[in-house]
Amino acid sequence: MKSLDDLKRIRDAAQNKVQMRGKNDGTRILVGMATCGISAGARPVMNKFVEKIAEYNLDKITVTPVGCIGECAIEPIVEVLQGEDRTTYCRVTVEGVERIVNEHIIGGKVVLDYVIGKYRL
Amino acid sequence: MNELSLHILDICQNSIKANADLIEIIITEDTTNNIYKIDIIDNGSGMDKKTLSEVADPFFTTRATRNVGLGISLFKMAAEMTDGSLEITSTINEGTKVSTIFQYNHIDRAPLGDIEDTLTILILNENMIDIYYKHIYNNKIYIFDTKEIRKILDGIPFTNYDVIMWIKNNIKEGIINIHKEESI
Repeated sequence: MKSLDDLKRIRDAAQNKVQMRGKNDGTRILVGMATCGISAGARPVMNKFVEKIAEYNLDKITVTPVGCIGECAIEPIVEVLQGEDRTTYCRVTVEGVERIVNEHIIGGKVVLDYVIGKYRL
Repeated sequence: MNELSLHILDICQNSIKANADLIEIIITEDTTNNIYKIDIIDNGSGMDKKTLSEVADPFFTTRATRNVGLGISLFKMAAEMTDGSLEITSTINEGTKVSTIFQYNHIDRAPLGDIEDTLTILILNENMIDIYYKHIYNNKIYIFDTKEIRKILDGIPFTNYDVIMWIKNNIKEGIINIHKEESI
Protein backbone atom coordinates (compact mmCIF):
# COMPACT_ATOMS: atom_id res chain seq x y z
CA MET A 1 0.00 0.00 0.00
CA LYS A 2 1.25 3.44 -0.92
CA SER A 3 1.38 4.99 2.53
CA LEU A 4 1.01 8.59 3.64
CA ASP A 5 4.64 8.44 4.75
CA ASP A 6 5.60 7.90 1.12
CA LEU A 7 3.59 10.99 0.23
CA LYS A 8 5.38 12.99 2.93
CA ARG A 9 8.72 11.91 1.51
CA ILE A 10 7.63 13.07 -1.94
CA ARG A 11 6.55 16.38 -0.44
CA ASP A 12 9.86 16.90 1.34
CA ALA A 13 11.82 16.08 -1.79
CA ALA A 14 9.67 18.49 -3.81
CA GLN A 15 10.11 21.30 -1.31
CA ASN A 16 13.79 21.26 -2.10
CA LYS A 17 13.11 21.84 -5.76
CA VAL A 18 11.72 25.01 -7.27
CA GLN A 19 8.11 24.39 -8.28
CA MET A 20 6.35 25.90 -11.20
CA ARG A 21 2.85 26.32 -12.38
CA GLY A 22 3.45 29.33 -14.62
CA LYS A 23 1.06 29.78 -17.50
CA ASN A 24 3.58 30.65 -20.18
CA ASP A 25 6.69 29.20 -18.72
CA GLY A 26 8.04 25.96 -20.19
CA THR A 27 5.92 23.51 -22.16
CA ARG A 28 2.19 23.09 -21.88
CA ILE A 29 0.47 20.00 -23.21
CA LEU A 30 -3.28 20.25 -23.68
CA VAL A 31 -5.34 17.12 -24.21
CA GLY A 32 -8.92 17.36 -25.49
CA MET A 33 -11.05 15.65 -22.86
CA ALA A 34 -14.68 16.18 -23.91
CA THR A 35 -17.08 13.35 -24.82
CA CYS A 36 -15.54 13.03 -28.29
CA GLY A 37 -11.98 12.95 -26.97
CA ILE A 38 -12.74 10.49 -24.19
CA SER A 39 -14.50 8.05 -26.51
CA ALA A 40 -11.65 8.27 -29.01
CA GLY A 41 -9.11 7.33 -26.34
CA ALA A 42 -7.91 10.62 -24.84
CA ARG A 43 -7.68 9.27 -21.31
CA PRO A 44 -4.93 6.69 -21.92
CA VAL A 45 -3.18 9.30 -24.08
CA MET A 46 -3.12 11.89 -21.31
CA ASN A 47 -2.17 9.22 -18.87
CA LYS A 48 0.82 8.20 -20.96
CA PHE A 49 2.05 11.81 -21.00
CA VAL A 50 1.88 11.91 -17.21
CA GLU A 51 3.74 8.61 -16.92
CA LYS A 52 6.44 9.61 -19.40
CA ILE A 53 7.02 12.96 -17.70
CA ALA A 54 7.30 11.24 -14.34
CA GLU A 55 9.56 8.55 -15.79
CA TYR A 56 11.95 11.00 -17.46
CA ASN A 57 11.64 13.43 -14.56
CA LEU A 58 11.03 16.29 -16.98
CA ASP A 59 10.85 19.81 -15.59
CA LYS A 60 8.65 22.73 -16.56
CA ILE A 61 5.95 20.74 -18.26
CA THR A 62 2.27 20.78 -17.46
CA VAL A 63 -0.33 18.41 -18.88
CA THR A 64 -3.87 19.72 -18.74
CA PRO A 65 -7.22 18.28 -19.82
CA VAL A 66 -9.22 20.74 -21.91
CA GLY A 67 -12.57 20.79 -23.73
CA CYS A 68 -13.46 20.17 -27.36
CA ILE A 69 -12.25 22.43 -30.16
CA GLY A 70 -14.87 21.19 -32.61
CA GLU A 71 -12.83 18.70 -34.62
CA CYS A 72 -14.38 15.67 -32.98
CA ALA A 73 -13.69 13.35 -35.92
CA ILE A 74 -9.92 13.57 -35.50
CA GLU A 75 -9.71 13.20 -31.73
CA PRO A 76 -7.69 12.53 -29.59
CA ILE A 77 -6.25 15.99 -30.15
CA VAL A 78 -3.14 17.11 -28.32
CA GLU A 79 -1.68 20.60 -28.43
CA VAL A 80 1.90 21.31 -27.46
CA LEU A 81 2.58 24.93 -26.52
CA GLN A 82 6.15 26.13 -26.22
CA GLY A 83 6.48 29.90 -25.98
CA GLU A 84 4.94 31.24 -29.19
CA ASP A 85 4.94 27.86 -30.91
CA ARG A 86 1.77 25.84 -31.00
CA THR A 87 1.69 22.35 -32.49
CA THR A 88 -1.60 20.54 -32.91
CA TYR A 89 -1.51 16.77 -33.10
CA CYS A 90 -4.53 14.66 -33.88
CA ARG A 91 -5.53 11.00 -33.78
CA VAL A 92 -2.85 10.59 -31.17
CA THR A 93 -2.33 7.08 -29.85
CA VAL A 94 -0.43 5.84 -26.82
CA GLU A 95 2.47 4.97 -29.16
CA GLY A 96 2.18 8.48 -30.59
CA VAL A 97 2.68 9.93 -27.13
CA GLU A 98 6.01 8.15 -26.79
CA ARG A 99 7.12 9.66 -30.08
CA ILE A 100 5.87 13.15 -29.18
CA VAL A 101 7.68 13.05 -25.84
CA ASN A 102 10.91 11.60 -27.25
CA GLU A 103 11.11 13.41 -30.58
CA HIS A 104 9.32 16.70 -29.90
CA ILE A 105 9.45 17.53 -26.19
CA ILE A 106 12.95 16.14 -25.64
CA GLY A 107 14.33 16.18 -29.19
CA GLY A 108 12.80 19.48 -30.29
CA LYS A 109 11.52 18.09 -33.61
CA VAL A 110 7.82 18.08 -34.49
CA VAL A 111 6.40 14.59 -35.16
CA LEU A 112 4.98 15.10 -38.65
CA ASP A 113 3.06 11.82 -38.70
CA TYR A 114 0.52 13.18 -36.24
CA VAL A 115 0.26 16.88 -37.08
CA ILE A 116 -3.21 18.13 -37.90
CA GLY A 117 -2.18 19.21 -41.42
CA LYS A 118 -2.13 15.57 -42.46
CA TYR A 119 -5.89 15.42 -41.96
CA ARG A 120 -7.10 18.99 -42.33
CA LEU A 121 -5.51 21.62 -44.55
CA MET B 1 -17.04 4.18 -24.02
CA ASN B 2 -16.55 0.72 -22.60
CA GLU B 3 -15.71 1.62 -19.00
CA LEU B 4 -17.90 3.30 -16.42
CA SER B 5 -14.91 5.37 -15.32
CA LEU B 6 -14.80 6.97 -18.78
CA HIS B 7 -18.43 8.04 -18.38
CA ILE B 8 -17.58 9.42 -14.93
CA LEU B 9 -14.76 11.48 -16.43
CA ASP B 10 -17.13 12.79 -19.06
CA ILE B 11 -19.90 13.71 -16.62
CA CYS B 12 -17.41 15.42 -14.30
CA GLN B 13 -16.33 17.68 -17.17
CA ASN B 14 -19.86 19.11 -16.98
CA SER B 15 -19.33 19.85 -13.29
CA ILE B 16 -16.06 21.61 -14.08
CA LYS B 17 -17.79 23.67 -16.78
CA ALA B 18 -20.39 24.59 -14.16
CA ASN B 19 -17.56 26.02 -12.02
CA ALA B 20 -17.79 23.42 -9.29
CA ASP B 21 -14.84 23.37 -6.90
CA LEU B 22 -15.86 20.13 -5.23
CA ILE B 23 -16.98 16.95 -6.93
CA GLU B 24 -18.06 13.94 -4.91
CA ILE B 25 -18.03 10.58 -6.62
CA ILE B 26 -19.63 7.78 -4.69
CA ILE B 27 -19.62 4.22 -5.99
CA THR B 28 -21.73 1.66 -4.20
CA GLU B 29 -21.36 -2.00 -5.04
CA ASP B 30 -24.10 -3.91 -3.29
CA THR B 31 -23.82 -7.49 -4.43
CA THR B 32 -26.55 -8.71 -2.04
CA ASN B 33 -29.16 -6.55 -3.73
CA ASN B 34 -27.53 -6.78 -7.15
CA ILE B 35 -27.00 -3.01 -7.36
CA TYR B 36 -24.12 -1.00 -8.80
CA LYS B 37 -24.68 2.67 -8.10
CA ILE B 38 -22.74 5.74 -9.13
CA ASP B 39 -23.48 9.15 -7.63
CA ILE B 40 -21.76 12.25 -8.91
CA ILE B 41 -22.46 15.34 -6.84
CA ASP B 42 -21.05 18.80 -7.52
CA ASN B 43 -21.40 22.24 -6.02
CA GLY B 44 -21.48 24.00 -9.39
CA SER B 45 -23.90 26.50 -10.80
CA GLY B 46 -26.79 24.06 -11.17
CA MET B 47 -29.53 24.11 -13.80
CA ASP B 48 -33.07 25.42 -14.01
CA LYS B 49 -36.04 23.14 -14.62
CA LYS B 50 -36.11 23.78 -18.36
CA THR B 51 -32.43 22.96 -18.91
CA LEU B 52 -32.75 19.94 -16.65
CA SER B 53 -35.54 18.54 -18.81
CA GLU B 54 -33.37 18.89 -21.92
CA VAL B 55 -29.99 17.50 -20.87
CA ALA B 56 -30.66 13.87 -21.72
CA ASP B 57 -31.54 14.88 -25.27
CA PRO B 58 -28.57 14.13 -27.55
CA PHE B 59 -29.32 17.27 -29.51
CA PHE B 60 -29.00 19.50 -26.49
CA THR B 61 -25.67 21.14 -25.66
CA THR B 62 -24.51 24.47 -24.29
CA ARG B 63 -21.56 24.40 -26.67
CA ALA B 64 -21.17 26.68 -29.65
CA THR B 65 -18.71 24.58 -31.69
CA ARG B 66 -21.14 21.75 -32.38
CA ASN B 67 -24.82 21.11 -31.88
CA VAL B 68 -24.90 17.69 -30.27
CA GLY B 69 -24.11 16.76 -26.68
CA LEU B 70 -23.77 13.09 -26.00
CA GLY B 71 -22.23 12.83 -22.55
CA ILE B 72 -25.35 12.34 -20.46
CA SER B 73 -27.22 10.49 -23.20
CA LEU B 74 -24.46 7.89 -23.44
CA PHE B 75 -24.27 7.41 -19.68
CA LYS B 76 -28.04 7.07 -19.51
CA MET B 77 -27.96 4.48 -22.26
CA ALA B 78 -25.24 2.51 -20.45
CA ALA B 79 -27.47 2.39 -17.36
CA GLU B 80 -30.66 1.55 -19.22
CA MET B 81 -28.96 -1.31 -21.06
CA THR B 82 -28.72 -3.03 -17.67
CA ASP B 83 -32.34 -2.24 -16.75
CA GLY B 84 -31.00 0.57 -14.60
CA SER B 85 -31.64 4.29 -14.67
CA LEU B 86 -30.10 7.74 -14.60
CA GLU B 87 -31.61 10.57 -12.63
CA ILE B 88 -30.49 14.16 -12.35
CA THR B 89 -31.49 16.62 -9.66
CA SER B 90 -30.22 20.16 -9.66
CA THR B 91 -30.64 23.45 -7.82
CA ILE B 92 -29.47 26.76 -9.23
CA ASN B 93 -26.37 28.04 -7.41
CA GLU B 94 -26.19 24.94 -5.25
CA GLY B 95 -25.17 22.14 -7.54
CA THR B 96 -26.18 19.05 -9.42
CA LYS B 97 -26.43 15.38 -8.58
CA VAL B 98 -26.32 12.64 -11.20
CA SER B 99 -27.41 9.28 -9.80
CA THR B 100 -27.02 6.19 -11.92
CA ILE B 101 -28.11 2.72 -11.01
CA PHE B 102 -26.97 -0.43 -12.82
CA GLN B 103 -27.87 -4.04 -12.32
CA TYR B 104 -24.71 -5.46 -10.77
CA ASN B 105 -24.54 -8.78 -12.55
CA HIS B 106 -26.15 -7.73 -15.84
CA ILE B 107 -24.11 -8.89 -18.82
CA ASP B 108 -24.19 -5.39 -20.31
CA ARG B 109 -22.99 -3.66 -17.15
CA ALA B 110 -19.61 -2.25 -18.14
CA PRO B 111 -16.69 -2.64 -15.72
CA LEU B 112 -15.54 0.40 -13.78
CA GLY B 113 -12.14 0.31 -15.48
CA ASP B 114 -9.24 2.57 -14.62
CA ILE B 115 -10.93 4.95 -12.23
CA GLU B 116 -7.53 6.10 -10.94
CA ASP B 117 -6.80 7.54 -14.41
CA THR B 118 -10.13 9.37 -14.38
CA LEU B 119 -9.46 10.84 -10.96
CA THR B 120 -5.92 11.97 -11.74
CA ILE B 121 -7.10 13.69 -14.90
CA LEU B 122 -9.75 15.50 -12.86
CA ILE B 123 -7.11 16.52 -10.32
CA LEU B 124 -4.85 17.86 -13.08
CA ASN B 125 -7.63 20.14 -14.29
CA GLU B 126 -6.74 23.81 -14.43
CA ASN B 127 -9.58 24.82 -12.13
CA MET B 128 -7.95 22.91 -9.26
CA ILE B 129 -11.09 21.29 -7.99
CA ASP B 130 -11.36 19.11 -4.92
CA ILE B 131 -12.37 15.50 -5.41
CA TYR B 132 -13.96 13.32 -2.80
CA TYR B 133 -14.09 9.70 -3.94
CA LYS B 134 -15.83 7.03 -1.92
CA HIS B 135 -15.99 3.44 -3.05
CA ILE B 136 -18.18 1.04 -1.11
CA TYR B 137 -18.01 -2.69 -1.73
CA ASN B 138 -20.67 -4.26 0.48
CA ASN B 139 -19.37 -3.33 3.94
CA LYS B 140 -15.84 -2.29 2.91
CA ILE B 141 -15.09 1.34 2.18
CA TYR B 142 -12.23 3.15 0.46
CA ILE B 143 -12.09 6.96 0.58
CA PHE B 144 -9.84 9.30 -1.34
CA ASP B 145 -10.11 12.98 -0.51
CA THR B 146 -7.94 15.64 -2.15
CA LYS B 147 -8.55 17.95 0.83
CA GLU B 148 -6.73 15.50 3.09
CA ILE B 149 -3.91 15.12 0.58
CA ARG B 150 -3.66 18.89 0.20
CA LYS B 151 -3.08 19.23 3.95
CA ILE B 152 -0.18 16.80 3.83
CA LEU B 153 1.30 18.33 0.69
CA ASP B 154 1.64 21.69 2.41
CA GLY B 155 1.81 23.84 -0.72
CA ILE B 156 3.40 21.32 -3.09
CA PRO B 157 1.05 21.28 -6.10
CA PHE B 158 -0.78 18.22 -7.37
CA THR B 159 0.92 18.86 -10.69
CA ASN B 160 4.07 17.39 -9.19
CA TYR B 161 4.31 14.12 -11.09
CA ASP B 162 5.61 12.10 -8.17
CA VAL B 163 2.51 13.19 -6.26
CA ILE B 164 0.25 12.21 -9.16
CA MET B 165 1.87 8.79 -9.45
CA TRP B 166 1.49 8.28 -5.70
CA ILE B 167 -2.20 9.20 -5.91
CA LYS B 168 -2.75 6.81 -8.79
CA ASN B 169 -1.18 3.91 -6.98
CA ASN B 170 -3.00 4.73 -3.76
CA ILE B 171 -6.40 4.65 -5.45
CA LYS B 172 -5.61 1.52 -7.41
CA GLU B 173 -4.42 -0.41 -4.37
CA GLY B 174 -7.21 0.97 -2.18
CA ILE B 175 -9.87 -0.37 -4.50
CA ILE B 176 -8.15 -3.72 -4.93
CA ASN B 177 -7.96 -4.02 -1.13
CA ILE B 178 -11.66 -3.53 -0.46
CA HIS B 179 -12.43 -6.24 -2.99
CA LYS B 180 -9.71 -8.61 -1.84
CA GLU B 181 -10.60 -8.78 1.83
CA GLU B 182 -14.14 -9.67 0.93
CA SER B 183 -13.18 -12.75 -1.04
CA ILE B 184 -10.90 -14.29 1.60
